[in-house]
Amino acid sequence: MKVKAPETVTFTQSGFCPGCGHGLAVRLIAEVAEELGLSEKLLTVVDVACGSLNIDSWRFDTIMAAHGRPIVTAIGAKRVRKENPVLAYVGDGAAYSIGMAETMHAAIRNDNVITIVINNSLFGMTGGQCAPTSLPGQRTTSTPYGKDAAKAGMPFNVVDAFSGLKIGYLARAALCDVANMNKAKQYIKKAFEKHMAGDGFCLVELLSACPTNLNMAPVASMERIKTDMMPYFPIGEFQEHKKGE
Amino acid sequence: MAKVLMKGNEALAEAALAAGCRFYSGYPITPQTEILEYLSWRMEEVGGEFIQAESELSGVNMVLGAAAAGARALTSSAGPGFSLKQEGISYLVASELPAVIVDVMRIGSGLGDIAQSQGDYWQLTRGGGHGDYRTIVLAPASVQENADLMVTAFDLAEKYTHPVLIASDAAIGQMIEAVEIPEFIEHDIDKYEWSLKGCKKGDEQRKVQNAYYTNPNYEYFLRDKYDKMVAEEQRYEAIQIEDAEIVLVAYGISSRVATEAVEEGRAKGMKIGLIRPITLYPFPEKAFAQAKEAKAFLTVEMNILGQMVDDVKLATGGAKPVEHYGSIFAIPETDGILEKAQAVLSAIKEGK
Amino acid sequence: MDKEKIYTDTNRCKGCGYCIHFCPKDAISVSAIVNDKGYNVIQVDEEKCICCGSCYRVCPDYVFEIR
Repeated sequence: MKVKAPETVTFTQSGFCPGCGHGLAVRLIAEVAEELGLSEKLLTVVDVACGSLNIDSWRFDTIMAAHGRPIVTAIGAKRVRKENPVLAYVGDGAAYSIGMAETMHAAIRNDNVITIVINNSLFGMTGGQCAPTSLPGQRTTSTPYGKDAAKAGMPFNVVDAFSGLKIGYLARAALCDVANMNKAKQYIKKAFEKHMAGDGFCLVELLSACPTNLNMAPVASMERIKTDMMPYFPIGEFQEHKKGE
Repeated sequence: MAKVLMKGNEALAEAALAAGCRFYSGYPITPQTEILEYLSWRMEEVGGEFIQAESELSGVNMVLGAAAAGARALTSSAGPGFSLKQEGISYLVASELPAVIVDVMRIGSGLGDIAQSQGDYWQLTRGGGHGDYRTIVLAPASVQENADLMVTAFDLAEKYTHPVLIASDAAIGQMIEAVEIPEFIEHDIDKYEWSLKGCKKGDEQRKVQNAYYTNPNYEYFLRDKYDKMVAEEQRYEAIQIEDAEIVLVAYGISSRVATEAVEEGRAKGMKIGLIRPITLYPFPEKAFAQAKEAKAFLTVEMNILGQMVDDVKLATGGAKPVEHYGSIFAIPETDGILEKAQAVLSAIKEGK
Repeated sequence: MDKEKIYTDTNRCKGCGYCIHFCPKDAISVSAIVNDKGYNVIQVDEEKCICCGSCYRVCPDYVFEIR
């Protein structure tokens, strides 16, 4: 089968660590944009942490927003450029910690932006601290004895949090093997299509590996997605609503 | 356009639309809420976008996105809410984006109260967020200026691709006066090459990010930018300062009382004048060179610590005494200003 | 039409080993070559490769192309 990464991927060696999931997400987004003929229209907003390196990893017009604010920054851009697809790219720290209000209210208003959340169960750029998505018992640099769920809470599940709301699209995929990556692409594509149809807030969470901060070999950190993360973060499509539904 | 009676906040909001602003996102806080309320219905009428954001942080960061997309974008707040805007203002500066942010000042610190105040001078003029920057700050002293300076603010924001702040206060925001709203202009979101439109194949990708990542001469670029502001953007009104022995320095609501104090003082035979900064940054140093006979300067401000005193000292090279007449909760009184002015002059004459 | 063939740009490779792990034909292995960035890069045994594209799918660094 013929395969080639889209030209919207820059091919300069990215700043991501070996085995990082961001590079995979970048390519999937670029592939979807290309297949839908949206490469020349896509506007993206990245967060300040590891995901900020995307500004140099793809060739889309891009804003590097403040930490936790890419979703609302994307909303501002979308309201001005209604014909353009607008995508916010955030980590779990941005989406569910410092930017939780922004994420929730984008969902409450059902704002018409695509949001890709990279969930690697920790804060990557700052050196692997505990995130709202960290698993019970997970050793991080801010939970050296393991995350105590009684103190820090259980892993935040966006599917539960949005259960009372009606948003354009909500799905979760895992960047952990070929089949799951194909599924991730399918979900991202659906998010783009729903977004272009004006159906509202489209959030796709991608479970992703962070070998560096987990102190694991890349393949082992990818295996961990299946064995450790997926029990807390089930994959699938959870919401699909039409405009005004 | 004929004059109409309007509340300061509403005139400011309408003038933003006249200036071509088609994006507003904000959060309620007294005494600026009328800006938000007015635009909640009026923005739609002119085909713009209004969002009541979940917080000031979201409000200002939505503005950043709208500005990057090429729109003339506005947000507004007051005191404690304005402090939250500082995050986005710093990012707007770093990203080289134009936008206008209004602070309708109220008493602080902390929650403070909703009454008029000029206690945000420092956080407005010193680059209130993190990093190495300042912003042009325009200080209207009437409802008409609320309208006129809004147009100036958007023009300057684009001239420098830099956020511009408007320092209003509860009195200016809430008072009703006759105002002529400026002519409506249409702003084209494609006017500038830098606005995000989508990257055509083979074109250079547009990146909105810290200018110092991409500009190898960032240090000089930044310094030149502020030098240019200081050289070209000082705005002020000078009232009878040429022969004045004591020169009041006041902006916004307190400048109106100070103007009256000059009239009354002159009627009593005092040699008194007023410098009214219209730009708080760049501070109108040029005005002070004209006050050749001045023996002392007296700032009239609605704060206790005399926040503008430092700038007057810098503007005058510390050559003359700079005193402060402050008030809190209440707008300064003419009599009080004149008494203080007289006392300052007497002290100098007595060699104290 | 020529037979499809795998091409690699190992200067982009960071040696994560995902391609090696997920290759259904064990056609990819670690080579002795160290690239400009100092990573031990992969090599493909073209005899074993069936051009399925799995390596392309799992590679975070866009090393692979099949055409």
